[in-house]
Amino acid sequence: MNVGIIILVVLAFAAAGYIAGKRQALALSAGSGMKLHSLSGYYGQTVALFAAVPAFLLMIVWLLVQPVVVENRISGMIPESLASEPAARSLVMSDVRRIADGLDSVLVRGGLGEEALDSIAADTQNVRARLAEVGIALAGEVPPVVFEAARSYRQSAKTGALAMTFAVFGLSLLLGFLAYRRIDPQMRARNISETFVKSLLIASSLIAILTTIGIVFSLVFETITFFKLYPASEFFFSTVWNPQFRGGSELGILPLLWGTLYVSFIALLVAVPIGLMIAIYLSEYAGRSMRSFAKPAIEMLAGIPTIVYGLFALVTIGPFLRDYFAAPLGLGSSSSSVLTAGLVMGIMIIPFVSSLSDDIINAVPQALRDGSYGLGATRSETIKKVVMPAALPGIVGAVLLAASRAIGETMIVVLGAGAAAKLSLNPFEAMTTVTVKIVSQLTGDSEFSSPETLVAFALGLTLFTFTLGLNVLALYIVRKYREQYE
Amino acid sequence: MTDMTVSGASVAMPRTKSLLQLDERTRRRNASEARFRMIGFLAVLIGVFALVFLLGSILSNGLSSFRQTYISLDIFLDPARLDKAGTRDPAELAKITTFSYAPLIEKALADAMAAKGVSGDGVSVKAAAELISKEAPADLRRYVLAHPQAIGTKVNFDLLASGRIDGYYKGRVTMESAELDRNISPAQLQLADKLKAAGILGTHFNWGFFTAPDASDTRPEASGLGVAILGSAYMMIIVLVLSLPLGVASSIYLEEFAPQNRLTDLIEVNIANLAAVPSVVFGILGLAAFINFAGLPQSAPVVGGLVLTLMTLPTIIIATRAALKSVPPSIRDAALGVGASKMQAIFHHVLPLAMPGILTGTIIGLARALGETAPLLLIGMVAFVRDYPAGPPEGFFDPASALPVQVYNWTQRGDPAFIERASGAIIVLLVFLILMNLSAIILRRRYERRW
Repeated sequence: MNVGIIILVVLAFAAAGYIAGKRQALALSAGSGMKLHSLSGYYGQTVALFAAVPAFLLMIVWLLVQPVVVENRISGMIPESLASEPAARSLVMSDVRRIADGLDSVLVRGGLGEEALDSIAADTQNVRARLAEVGIALAGEVPPVVFEAARSYRQSAKTGALAMTFAVFGLSLLLGFLAYRRIDPQMRARNISETFVKSLLIASSLIAILTTIGIVFSLVFETITFFKLYPASEFFFSTVWNPQFRGGSELGILPLLWGTLYVSFIALLVAVPIGLMIAIYLSEYAGRSMRSFAKPAIEMLAGIPTIVYGLFALVTIGPFLRDYFAAPLGLGSSSSSVLTAGLVMGIMIIPFVSSLSDDIINAVPQALRDGSYGLGATRSETIKKVVMPAALPGIVGAVLLAASRAIGETMIVVLGAGAAAKLSLNPFEAMTTVTVKIVSQLTGDSEFSSPETLVAFALGLTLFTFTLGLNVLALYIVRKYREQYE
Repeated sequence: MTDMTVSGASVAMPRTKSLLQLDERTRRRNASEARFRMIGFLAVLIGVFALVFLLGSILSNGLSSFRQTYISLDIFLDPARLDKAGTRDPAELAKITTFSYAPLIEKALADAMAAKGVSGDGVSVKAAAELISKEAPADLRRYVLAHPQAIGTKVNFDLLASGRIDGYYKGRVTMESAELDRNISPAQLQLADKLKAAGILGTHFNWGFFTAPDASDTRPEASGLGVAILGSAYMMIIVLVLSLPLGVASSIYLEEFAPQNRLTDLIEVNIANLAAVPSVVFGILGLAAFINFAGLPQSAPVVGGLVLTLMTLPTIIIATRAALKSVPPSIRDAALGVGASKMQAIFHHVLPLAMPGILTGTIIGLARALGETAPLLLIGMVAFVRDYPAGPPEGFFDPASALPVQVYNWTQRGDPAFIERASGAIIVLLVFLILMNLSAIILRRRYERRW
């Protein structure tokens, strides 16, 4: 049965449970003459919660576990002769899955029953042709073992789905019924249902932790696999990045790190002075009307998706820099360059610097300024000599946050910086960054278990550690600063 | 040395000039003040200019994609070619490939040119037919399969002109560039001009851009955003359905119930850090956890939706907590005072009052999720998808594209016509974002209460 239908049925059970529970509570109280402990609705709510929530949890767990179990069982059916190494095995398994899907379509199309599969199986020559009819193209003939595996894959998936339907309905009805049976006027229904709801609230707040754990695990495990295939010292200290399809790749992170830092450096070179001056002007000089117009306009820059900046770099800034600067100066002929990406990324992070600094400058107490004015300082002198030193830790924090944003930025560098891994100082040359290579290694066609793909996880882990470190540092600095005036 | 004594003396010397007359040093200080102020103003100008330039460049590149060149022809759906048996049997009709439709178009074009007195001037009929998109026979075939009874009649079609012809009327293709182009010749462009004068060829609004699926590398004129808009919409539904309840539930716990302990601290630190994790890392998580581990299909909106949900949750949690915090404690106290439980006080009183703020935060989080590209690339949404996903909920598991990914996809193609399309797609994306942000602002203006 379809998951959507299962959900609807369980919800219907819960609704029925609510009504039945409420009625039962009222009837019992009327029958025994006892007052209910809670409002009658809470009895219904208790039944409904017990009927729905555990059943849904079971369903989610089942949906996650079943494919893994089925996969393992079927994978065991495939003989060593067909799949000697893990890569070949995963190829065969994907064939199995596709055949299994295809068989469904074959049956639906032909209006055939399950028993027709026997006749298809008897005639393996025909299998490929019949699957081709429903749009499943297979590379070669289907060996009987694989076909059998596909059949039993289908069978297991079907049995599993059926078992899940029964288990979910059963659990829903059972728990709902038990809760219903426990109803009596003295039952503290409100407390029970509130405890239930509270545990749901706690569970959903744990998702943040689960996500972090998920990120760390998915990065760390694949990175370990990668380091088993490729020496870690090479990865961290080699200056050559040259992935090959046929193995023998050189996967040194240094050129990528260099590109990342170079692009981010240029971006900060653009964003920090401009962003800081915007913050100063808007908080110290600008009138109300100017502020109400310019502040949202600048912040709009932060709301524009990065793909827009990427396209801007690709079609406008890149060719502009190439035609008017790089080519006349003889520095390069590529429209994607470190400078292109850095410039556009700088524009993108202006609002990060400016709005964070704005908050920090506004948090500097007016008394400090007044004291400075009282001594005869001009506004700019007050800003440079009094406000800035007081706000400095916060501004450093803001710059670090902006830097972490720049390092983790993907689309601008994918479209603007180029794909060549180089260690060069020329800003008009195309270079590449960690994020670009994560995207290109994971969207390519290479085998998942090859070092060329797995390196993306090691790159991701490096990136994650880097940005996390910067963020923690920034928060630490900002927090330490904040305590000074409070 | 002399300088020192002079300046030292000047400080000690009593002022001889009027106070109203600025001395050298004051003038210098005032000049530096004005300079500093000027620099600040310039910085603001640069920021605003960058915004205007960015939007202007996208608009100027992309607005033309909303108009498209069409060639209007009366095509005779010849039964001799399309349905030799004369049975109108759909299964038989489906066997006729697009190759059989191309001659019909060629003939209709030749007829139309003859009727309007447009001479080919050395352009063969075959070359003239190249003005029409290669997608046109497929469109024709789709129409015939949907309307078998039309066979044997003359039907008027607006056929797409080829990408080069379209580019000619948008200034992308010129006579000079056509000289060097293998796909188009200046003679063909001249013919197109004649057709335009005769009223056969014309430009009008491009509905197909919003409804058509993506098209192959050689047919930029036929590509559209249909699948991408649908895929994005599916993902937004998933994000909304998952992240709003989860985000609100966890904020309620953290804001109202959580005791001050290490677990709470851990959760809060986690949420703050998740908000700053680069989006591409979420893509890696999606690939490893949802596709490789849980076995969900690649390029499916469900995976994209889950990844974007995890990315959006911190935003929603932070906004919701702020909204809950802004509800004054007197509301809670009053509810508790008349005998409500803590849960009742929150769900019956605090939450409804915080709702506008929560919804505003949610819409802004959704807007950010809508524009997110990098994680979707990693979970395989770059794949070329031509088929519309089925209706929800099955469609959540079908391959689909997404608006920002479609933009990326088009930037990777050779034909410059796709840059126009990509910019057009960005305009569509920005319009959606503006609508969402506007509704958030209106919601806040209308319903948010200041206590």
